[in-house]
Order: sequence, then C-alpha cells, then structure tokens
Amino acid sequence: MESSPVSLTIDGRTIQASPDMTILEAAQQIGIEIPTICYHEHCTANALCRICVVEVSNARALVPACIATVQEGMEVQTHSERVHRARRTILEMLHSSVDLSEAPEILAMARNYNADPQRFPDAWRREPPVIDDNPMYIRDYAKCILCWRCVQVCAEDAQYTYAINFSGRGYETQISTFFHHPMPETTCVFCGQCVGVCPTGALKPKREWLLEQGYAPEVIMNLTRSERRGKKRRANLAV
Amino acid sequence: MSSPDLTLLQPVLSKFAPQGRTALLPALHAAQDLYGYIPEPVAKEIAHALRIPLADVFGVLEFYALFHTEPVGKIIIHVCNDPACALAGADAVLKQLSRHAEYALETGEPVSVTVEQAPCLGLCDHAPALLVQNLPATASPEITWQELVAKTGRRPQTHVDGDLRLLTKRCGRGQTTSLDAYLADGGYTALKKALTMSSASVIEEIKASGLVGRGGAAFPTGLKWESAAQAKGSPKYVVCNADEAEPGTFKDRVLIEDDPHQILEGMIIAAYAIGAEKGYFYIRGEYLSAYHAIQRAVEEAHAANLLGTHILGSDFSFDVEIRRGAGAYVCGEETALFESIEGKRGFPRVKPPFPTTHGLFGKPTVINNVETLANVPLILHLGAEEYRKIGTEKSPGPKLFCLSGDVRQPGLYEVPFGVTLRHLIFDLGGGLRSDIPFQAALIGGAAGTFATPEHLDTPLSFEGLRATGLTLGSGVITVFDAQRDLRDVLFRLARFFAEESCGKCYPCQIGTQRQYEILARLRNGQVLPGDIERLQDVGWTMTDASLCGLGQTAASAILSALKYWPHLFQPAQPT
Repeated sequence: MESSPVSLTIDGRTIQASPDMTILEAAQQIGIEIPTICYHEHCTANALCRICVVEVSNARALVPACIATVQEGMEVQTHSERVHRARRTILEMLHSSVDLSEAPEILAMARNYNADPQRFPDAWRREPPVIDDNPMYIRDYAKCILCWRCVQVCAEDAQYTYAINFSGRGYETQISTFFHHPMPETTCVFCGQCVGVCPTGALKPKREWLLEQGYAPEVIMNLTRSERRGKKRRANLAV
Repeated sequence: MSSPDLTLLQPVLSKFAPQGRTALLPALHAAQDLYGYIPEPVAKEIAHALRIPLADVFGVLEFYALFHTEPVGKIIIHVCNDPACALAGADAVLKQLSRHAEYALETGEPVSVTVEQAPCLGLCDHAPALLVQNLPATASPEITWQELVAKTGRRPQTHVDGDLRLLTKRCGRGQTTSLDAYLADGGYTALKKALTMSSASVIEEIKASGLVGRGGAAFPTGLKWESAAQAKGSPKYVVCNADEAEPGTFKDRVLIEDDPHQILEGMIIAAYAIGAEKGYFYIRGEYLSAYHAIQRAVEEAHAANLLGTHILGSDFSFDVEIRRGAGAYVCGEETALFESIEGKRGFPRVKPPFPTTHGLFGKPTVINNVETLANVPLILHLGAEEYRKIGTEKSPGPKLFCLSGDVRQPGLYEVPFGVTLRHLIFDLGGGLRSDIPFQAALIGGAAGTFATPEHLDTPLSFEGLRATGLTLGSGVITVFDAQRDLRDVLFRLARFFAEESCGKCYPCQIGTQRQYEILARLRNGQVLPGDIERLQDVGWTMTDASLCGLGQTAASAILSALKYWPHLFQPAQPT
C-alpha cells in the first residue's frame, strides 16, 4: 500500500519522501552523502557503528540515519558541529583500536573528517594473531571492526549456517566459533559470504593471503589443494 | 580432565527443552549448579536440547559474567570494587582473600575458593560488600575466606528510615513479609479494587497520579500502560525490571527481600490494566536471597489464587515467571533485558520501535522498575488525588534514596519528593562520618552526576535537580568527604563502564575503554597533554551517539567532575 509522502528538511532543503524511507535514503535522493561503515544494503541494519548519526531537531541524542525513518516536519542536519565531533571521534577511536590499513573507505573518511590517527597514545589495541585454520580463508581479527556483517550473513541474513558468534563483551568482543574451535570443526560450509561482506580485510581468501605473504602461485596451489583434499579425506574417515 | 557425567544433566534438559531458546539462561544456571561451571560437552547438550546453534550458546556463555567455561573453586567469592565499597576498604579485603586462595594453590591443596572482583553488588550500605556463593556477606580487611563462609547466610539488615514509610512500611525488620502478614496489613485490596474497575479506569488513575518510572528514565507510567493497552498484537507481557545494578543502588533489593508481595500486586494490576496474561520478573543474578524471597511470594500468591487462572474469581488470568540474570549491568536496559529473557546476549535494540508495541518476543510489553510497581498499590489505595499530595506538584509521590559512602548512617530512606539533599544527608543520614567536611555526592550512581557543597539545598525532585543540571537517576546518593581523592572514584566509575559495555555500538565499545585508560593515567598522576580534550570528545561522543542509555550516560559523572573540578585533570605540578 502506498502511503502519502511526508515533507521534511535535510540541511535546509525541503523534500518529499516516502514515510518508509530512512534518513540515509532520503538524503541520498538529493545527493547528500552520509557516511556509513557497518551498513550494508543486503544486511539487516543494526545502527551500531554510529558514523551515520545526524542531528534531528527536538531529539535529545543524535539519530542513526541508516535506520531512522523520515517523519513529517522533521528537520535534519547531516553535517553539524555535533555530528562532526561524533564522527571524527569515532574514527579516531577506530584508528586507536584496530589495523585499518586494508580499509580504504574508512581511511578516506578519517581524512575527510580530519581524524588524527594518533589521537589516543598508549591505547590498548586489539591485536590477536591471525587464525589460519582452513584452506579457504584466514581470519585476521586485528583488522576486525566488529561490524557484525559476517555473523549476520552466516545466520539469517543469508546462509543459515550459524558457525560464528561472539566471544567476550565490550572492547574485548571478538568474532568466535563455539569454544574457539577451528573452522572445519564447525557448521561452516565455506560459502564465502562472510569474506565477501568483510569491509576491512579481516576475512580474506587464503590464496590471496598466501600471495601477500610472498608465496609463489604454484606453491600456493599445492598448499591449498592438498589441504582441501586432506579435509575431504578426514571427512570420509569420519563416516 | 575427565569428561562430565552428562546423565546428571538429563532432568535439566527434559525440563527446559520444550521452551526452546528462551530457557537458555535458566538451563545454564541449572547446569552450573550441577557442575560448578559449564563444560563444553554440557554446553553442547544444552544447545541441542534447546535447538540453539552452538556458536550462539557460546556467545551467551561469554557475555554473562556469572557463567564460567573453566573449572572454578567450589566456593566463589565476589568482592565489590565500586566507589562506596572502595571507601570502606574493599581493595584490602580482596587482597587478603586472594592471598589465601593463592596460598592454597601453592601448597597444592585442592582449589576450593575462587575470589573475583565484581561490580556493585547492591550492598553499599554494608560496605565493603561481598557475596559468598551469591549470598551477601560483609567483611573486614582481616577476614579469611573460611571465616566468611561460616558467616554467610545471615542476611545483612539494611537500615530503613525516612520522613515517610509508605513504600517501606513493611521493610527493614530483617524478615520477608509473608503473604499472611501482607494481607493482614491491607495487602491485595488494591488488586481487589482494580478488579472492580475497568482496565481503562485503572490506567486513568495511574495517569492522574503523575507516577513516572523510578528506574532512572522517569517516563510517565500511565502513558506507558495506555500505549501497551492500545497496541495491536497478542499476547502482551508485563515485565518487572529487577536487574538493579547501578553502583550505589540497593532500594529494589530491599523492597524485594522485605516486601515482595507489594511489587507482585503492582505487577498483577499492571497486567490487568494492559490485558497481559504472562509476566516476567527479571532479577539480577547476584541477588540470590531476593530471588528466593520473590520465588516464595509467587508460590504463596499462586496458592491464594492471586496468580493463575480466574484470579479471585474474576475473568482475569495472569502468571509470573521469574528469571535470573547472569552478571550483566546492561541487561537493566529494557530491550537488552528482553534479549536476555529470549536467551540471547544482552545487546540493546535500536529504539524506536518501543517496547509498548514491540517488546518481549516482539509483542506489546510494559516493563517497569521494582519501585515503580511498588507505587501502584499505594496509588489505588490512596486514590490519585491523595497520592498527589505527597511530594511536589511536578514530582508527586514518595521516593526511595539509597544513601551510602561517608555518611554516619547509610541506608534506605523514604522521603517525599522535594526535600533537600542537605536534609537527606545531614538530618536523616546523620551527617558525615568522622566529622570530615562534605566534599561531594554522586547522585544517580555511575550514570549520574556530582553534587557539590553548593548543591546541598537543592530540592530532590525532577524539576529541582534539572534546574541545577543534576539528574535523579535511580535515587542513589554516594557521599564523599573532603579527604577522598575523587580521581580514584572517577577511575572506578570508568572501569565499571568499560567492563559493563556490551560492545555493540562503537562510541561505547571503544569510548568506555579509552575513557578508562585516560582515568587510569589520571589516577597514577601521569596525565598527558590533551587528556582533558580527549575525555571531552570521547564523553560527548558517547553521550550523543551511543545506541542505548548505558553509553549515553557512561561519561556523565566524569563530564560533571570536569565541570566542577577541572584542576583534578591537570598534570601534577612539580613541587
């Protein structure tokens, strides 16, 4: 059922938008770009990175544009001082926590918002070792920004496999299998969906990773092929 | 390591399996009671029985602090490390107890005791507080754990006093008010009265009373009920939020331990008003004795047909299930609490939609704090008009305050809204211990703000506090005398939030950690240039951009300290 459009202003421009539209979508319509990190158009939006927050008049706190829908008479500011401080600080805090070297979009965003990568000296960084436990992909959680996309596509957003969830909580949260088991011992079907949605290179195809480590292509082929055969053989033995 | 005997688990599995995922926390609690911890094969069995993905069960185990995935001592001692207990020497107690535990390790004796630091245990009036096997005990720095264990079980009696004794009428006697005693004192007549009224007129009465939520957010209770009553969807739920964990708060514990039927009556009336058939009483995992009190009250109410089908011969049926939390402050946030009842990690949900339309299991839900529900029978007794004569015009009713820290008589005080801070601390609390001058009071707990000597004549009402930039929060007042180093207090508050952040949204997940690191530097006298600006940016970003109330208030006390005592944040001057 089509409901009648609502009228709102974004950065002083009055527009009409469908009431089921998010602020993010409405802004996009008129060419106003709101940055996003955790948001992915094929995943359930969780509004957890908070980089897309905007200022809405009469709202006490900032509002996440990726999930908040437009309302009649709403006045939205997408680039106010408050918004900028929040975005800049979030980017600086991300820099102080994880390795963003393979997240070019976030790095560009940080430059745009004049975020100082060294803002938090002596910060405790999340630097767990690379997990190389299967022939298909590696998990380098020192690069993980906890956007949750991998967990979501592994579950109801795509694959219904439920191989991964979280360990720890707060700053020490990490993506984990059941009791940290190696991936081949889980329900993982190696569909690659998680690798596909990872925005920071924390999940990476094994061959790509080996190539970066300096292995020659033929060595890599031998390595990963024999690993895959090994997996098949183990599976047969188990039956 | 020998594998656990899984046959022990079968009764637990057959009891909880039909409920599915929502029974996950109860099943894990039951399993931990059996094995002392949750071994991997046990987690696997539970996952299969409840039909939950293995990784999800592990995620839940990892989220809640009270669940252990490794063997722990047969006796677990939790020592509070939050401000009120720190003032009373909790660190020394922890050190002493840990030394004994380590000594046992060295001598090769079987490890029989595990000593852990814990966030506020809701025993601030008995500082330094600790729990032995989740039962309260009080300690002195010299105590050994053997002595402690011998002393446990006797529940510490909270000093209850005040200008009014309406909500606390039957509290502070060192015993739980039984159903008989409650009935003899006019108990459940409010429910009987409500059952003669239409549900709409019950809601009107609550609206007319001006009652607002006592958990900290101060949302009008009547409006909340009305919204849930009008919401489409069924079944509807009433949830009592007894996940009291704000550092410095113990009012709900006292109400539950001493007078559980009062809360239950409020809950049943709420259910009648909105048309709910099922309610949940979610109580924090650390409150074991309060859990036993409410459990007994529910059984008594059942036997007397105050719960169950056709309550008191009416057409109205309602039942209450009690749920224990498992060590997560964030589950006091209403949507995180729903997730927890649903058997998930306590991640707060994005609002809107609000609980009155999309609450527990996605259904219309009213969730009220313990003290809020305790006001409900009182309002129906007195009538809204009489009730409004208590307190101020804009903040009607009685209010409970938890007074602790450097006061002569810590305890739970009931006053009408509008009395001054000075009255509470000096007239009721007997002033400061050791006659050291007053320096500050933390109002509203870790998520609150500091009051200075200039604020002593501020009326304790929503409007009075707001006018001076303070917040009432859940009614906590922790007093600090002039000899206390507030930097240590700030450090503890920051540590609390870093440990209790759920990790979902970035501002709080990272911000609480960075804030904690900066305040650790500050406490150690190693301030870096720019730390004030860092604290402000992190603090305002958390306040402005966090997903839930935890993150939005995680910098509140620290930002207020920055405002009043900027000198505390300066690098130490060379002397």
